[in-house]
Amino acid sequence: MKQVVYDGSFAGLLTAIFEVYEYKLKDVTLCREGDFSPALFEKHHVVYTNEQKAKRVMAKLNSKMSTAALSQFYRCFLAELSEMDNCLLRYAKYTVSSKNSVENNYRNPDVLLVQQISRKVYREKHRMEAFVRFKLTGDGLYYSVIQPDYNVLPLILKHFRERYADQRWLIYDVRRKYGIHYDGSSLEEVSIDFGSSSQASIVEERSSVLDEKEELCQQLWQQYFSSVNIPERKNMKLHIRHMPKRYWRYLTEKMA
Amino acid sequence: MNTRTIEKLSILADAAKYDVSCSSSGSKRKNENGGLGNASGMGICHAYTEDGRCVSLLKILLTNHCIYDCAYCISRKSNDVRRAAFTIDEVVDLTISFYRRNYIEGLFLSSGIFKNADYTMERLVKIAQKLRTEHRFNGYIHLKAIPGASEDLLHQAGLYADRLSMNIEMPTSEGLALLAPDKKREDMVQPMKYLKKAIAENIDSKSASNRSRLFLPAGQSTQMVVGATKETDWDVLGIATEFYQKMKLKRVYYSGYVPVSNDKRLPSVGTPVPFIRENRLYQADWLLRFYGFRVGELLSPATPQLEMEIDPKLSWALKNMQVFPVDINSADYQLLIKVPGLGLESARKICTARRFGRLNWEHLKKMGVMINKVRYFLICDKDYERKDWQPEQIRSFILNGGASKYKAAFSAQLQLF
Ligand code: SF4
Repeated sequence: MKQVVYDGSFAGLLTAIFEVYEYKLKDVTLCREGDFSPALFEKHHVVYTNEQKAKRVMAKLNSKMSTAALSQFYRCFLAELSEMDNCLLRYAKYTVSSKNSVENNYRNPDVLLVQQISRKVYREKHRMEAFVRFKLTGDGLYYSVIQPDYNVLPLILKHFRERYADQRWLIYDVRRKYGIHYDGSSLEEVSIDFGSSSQASIVEERSSVLDEKEELCQQLWQQYFSSVNIPERKNMKLHIRHMPKRYWRYLTEKMA
Repeated sequence: MNTRTIEKLSILADAAKYDVSCSSSGSKRKNENGGLGNASGMGICHAYTEDGRCVSLLKILLTNHCIYDCAYCISRKSNDVRRAAFTIDEVVDLTISFYRRNYIEGLFLSSGIFKNADYTMERLVKIAQKLRTEHRFNGYIHLKAIPGASEDLLHQAGLYADRLSMNIEMPTSEGLALLAPDKKREDMVQPMKYLKKAIAENIDSKSASNRSRLFLPAGQSTQMVVGATKETDWDVLGIATEFYQKMKLKRVYYSGYVPVSNDKRLPSVGTPVPFIRENRLYQADWLLRFYGFRVGELLSPATPQLEMEIDPKLSWALKNMQVFPVDINSADYQLLIKVPGLGLESARKICTARRFGRLNWEHLKKMGVMINKVRYFLICDKDYERKDWQPEQIRSFILNGGASKYKAAFSAQLQLF
């Protein structure tokens, strides 16, 4: 078995797929740099991300699958699950070797897994579009902290840019330690150094510089959330299914 | 906005919550003016209440003062409740502040009737207009159409709002006469007709002049209270069908009556909310709109109520066993979607996947199909040992396999009458 190590970027994954063909690598396991620990007596192959190679793999996949399937493929990459990269490799090989599109062949375990995982990622993307809560700082920035299971930030940008075109905002993923800042016209990736402060205190630190109306707005929202509840119909199981507890800590209405 | 607004909000959100619709989908409004927000495609549920309902819109009344005395309504004139009224600017401010923080998809504004219909409607329109023009707000706006409001105001409302709803409240005129003597069915139906025409005209004129003016892009909806009066499901769904077909409504909502009054005409306070019935009505409504069923297939004057214990599709299937079993590898889509336990999506998946080879139970299971339900209605490659089960047996297998989610809260309120 041969470990193929790449840098963890999407272009890196595509390059790795290219090189599996290029060097006719057999019996390989893909591995992201960060997770790589060289095994004794085993050779490994290091991939240097190459835009050209990545583009060619992309073009090949593009010619063999629908855009919907291609975005499923990308979403699975963003899941950052260790076993997933190998599934994507097999899926890509299966696609390349077949004459017709295979994306709907749910009888194939890799196709099915891609379908299932991409749906999970999609669901979290959708949840993040719903659960982002902006707070307004004194200098007019709407900022939000999130901690998604998957790396969904790249997937939600379009939505937030279209919707909040006329306000400055920042969405920060504390788990992956990077965020996206929109200045009213363009997007920029940022990584903020919060030093050693814990995630909770990031929020507190910033709240000292909140807009004067911010607290009132939060109270109003909390009031609204409790007023719309109909106690006669209480159903906590359903509530938690829709709003899993792991998201609560960043939800304004759940902080009251 | 100030701390007094919090108090108003508690009163006016509380009074609005009995309107169950909270949908923010179906509009086509894009953020093309570089302003705030958009409302295209699927609406987002930003939160869920503890009863599990989606919170998508800021749903409030402008005021809960009302000159009318509808018996089923918490805001009725004779009810002794705290009253409040927002100013126009308060509603605008609240909407914008919530929207910018990604709390909501937009505003659902309703109101008690103060002074008269037009006076009230005018204020609702004014708020929508301010949001659209002064704040360049492109989020979702749902306004309540006030019964008896003038066509001119309805028209203006249509220019700013994504959806208008005229709640029919009671499924029949008799029900309405009994519980809301101030209201006339005609005052509700007339605006619906007018709006239907105006929506159609706007679509026509658009193709002629290619303008992109929006007029109620998310159409009209209505709501009926169920369980307050004697109407059967056959009545309720019959009327719903009529609204869908004749008025081209986008949605009909069913609101299980929450007892808010000790009025003799109504189920007493403390009577459980008939929410299983409500749920069954939604399931049936779904079958009518997306699964190609007709009301007459589900119910009849002789059996006018949906079964509470099992869902309407299963109930239909058990009465029509001659249709089954259907072959998973050959039955067409229209037939597959009638199989209890198969939804639109799994049916679609089955149709695509079987082009690659024959499907068996294992494949179905992997696709997420609930085998324990479908197995009585399907045949696959390798079959389970088939027995000629009687409908009654199948019913009890399915029920005992996964005890009805609702058993504990089982309430068929109608039987009280
Ligand atoms: S008119 Fe509307 S607000 Fe007034 S009592 Fe009737 S239902 Fe309630």
